[in-house]
Amino acid sequence: MDALVISDLKKTYGSGLEALRGISLEVREGEFFGLLGPNGAGKTTTIGIITSLITKTAGTVSVFGVDIDVDFPAAKRMIGVVPQEFNFSIFEKVEDIVCQQAGYYGIPRREALVNCEKYLKKLGLWNKRQVPARELSGGMKRRLMIARGLVHEPRLLILDEPTAGVDVELRRGMWDFLAELNRGGRTIILTTHYLEEAEQLCSRIAIISDGRIIENAGKRDLLKKLDRETFVLDVSMDGSSLPELDGVGFNLVDDTTLEVTISRGRSLNRVFEQLSARGITVESMRNKTNRLEEIFMELLE
Amino acid sequence: MMRDNLICFYTIARRESTRIFRIWVQTLVPPVITMTLYFVVFGTFIGSQLRDIGGFSYMAFIAPGLIMMSIITNSYTNTVSSFFSTKFQKNIEELLVSPTPNWVIVLGYVSGGLIRGLSVGLLVSVVSLLFVRLPLYSIVYTVLFAFLTSFVFSLAGMINGIFAKKFDDISIIPTFVITPLTYLGGVFYSISLLPDFWRAISKANPIIYMIDGFRYGFLGISDMHVYSGLGMLVLFAAALFAANLYLLNKGIGVRS
Ligand SMILES: Nc1ncnc2c1ncn2[C@@H]1O[C@H](COP(=O)(O)OP(=O)(O)OP(=O)(O)O)[C@@H](O)[C@H]1O
Ligand SMILES: [Mg+2]
Repeated sequence: MDALVISDLKKTYGSGLEALRGISLEVREGEFFGLLGPNGAGKTTTIGIITSLITKTAGTVSVFGVDIDVDFPAAKRMIGVVPQEFNFSIFEKVEDIVCQQAGYYGIPRREALVNCEKYLKKLGLWNKRQVPARELSGGMKRRLMIARGLVHEPRLLILDEPTAGVDVELRRGMWDFLAELNRGGRTIILTTHYLEEAEQLCSRIAIISDGRIIENAGKRDLLKKLDRETFVLDVSMDGSSLPELDGVGFNLVDDTTLEVTISRGRSLNRVFEQLSARGITVESMRNKTNRLEEIFMELLE
Repeated sequence: MMRDNLICFYTIARRESTRIFRIWVQTLVPPVITMTLYFVVFGTFIGSQLRDIGGFSYMAFIAPGLIMMSIITNSYTNTVSSFFSTKFQKNIEELLVSPTPNWVIVLGYVSGGLIRGLSVGLLVSVVSLLFVRLPLYSIVYTVLFAFLTSFVFSLAGMINGIFAKKFDDISIIPTFVITPLTYLGGVFYSISLLPDFWRAISKANPIIYMIDGFRYGFLGISDMHVYSGLGMLVLFAAALFAANLYLLNKGIGVRS
């Protein structure tokens, strides 16, 4: 069973901006799916369409077999969403925010309180339940939105950059929490800028850029593709030219900084040999973390 | 399905009333103070110099109008500001992502307008009793006119809230349309005292019918046909409700 099927989805905003240029995706039930992409790629737009906040220009979306054009309310019942930006009233109390959301799904307050307690406790917000949301820290606000997105026990949970602005320790905690939800059978779709996050959590990853899906693969395949390492070398080279080497990319950032990209597992010896042969001295070297943006660049080329 | 809608309606109504009573200093107190001033200035200071209207003291004549004025203003203000702030803080999305049908959303917000409008109306009525012993000719008409008027202005405020893009937008209609029409709507005078020309013009002001009908409920005197007032209110309610539904279905002001 597919939890989500998107086909040829397009969105042109009123401003004339083409945010989605025809994307197609399938997310199977039980999957932990990562949607990666740089700023402005169209991730939030895609989620907005699935959750009815944004009207699509063309294409179809179905959630567990329910076409949103046919029965949007039925589709919405199965979706829980954790948006990128805070969208609760800062004057309302944590508990009210969560229980009201349940109420909008037809769950009476008395029943909602049970789930509210369960998720607030799991997310470490139980002692804040009577506090107005404006008194929460940024990380707490994010967790509040996760509890709110789960209160009606949706089969599909969609999170739009849930760990933005969350400290490292808390982020790990959130990962554990999401992984546990997924093991419990819930389908999860997550957008992120952090490759590490997608690597940790997702079984399948799609990469979106400029309104198009440019990669959609299992994590392993993708990681194989991305299996390159970049080193940053501080060099001194008096006008000497760069060597050319099979399978190695050189990128001179400035006079003293050279980036070397090499397939993982290949020896660096060759590189050093060639460099010194051309009179280039390597002063020091560090590993450049494989930032997502670069991988996009690579994929886009 | 219907049960879900009921729970959802109740949830919105509960949230609205929580909001009204949480910020009661902004929602309930100001209208009571303003209206008390009206009673003192117009009713006591000026009214004592004026002759009776339709066999009632000037104070008794204006009291229903002042109550109605506060119902109108507060019903409208509540939905427009509540809905706009929901848009502004984006928590309208909580409702939009849920399966809640638009008519339930409209009724939910309107219930907030009713709660605030009628609470203030009741408070002002209590205050008026300090100044004058108001008769109650027909409670049915009183309640019917109060309810329908509050309903209509709550719906109107909601439309304003749907269109509003910035804070200024929520006070334009109250300042330039509702307040003038209310002042010219026979709160302070009987339109039968007006010259023909102005009386004819006044008849185009819908608020005249609301105040007149409401006053009829208390005093049993009226300038207009009470039934046409009721009919008009029902028509307005239906039209404004349809307009709200149309706007929300189109996603105007809420979906991009
Ligand atoms: N309401 C809107 N009106 C007009 N253009 C919009 C609107 N919302 C988004 N866009 C544009 O659509 C494009 C895609 O935006 P979107 O928010 O979907 O990107 P994103 O992938 O979520 O980016 P980020 O990682 O920064 O959150 C951007 O160019 C953005 O400027
Ligand atoms: Mg986004």
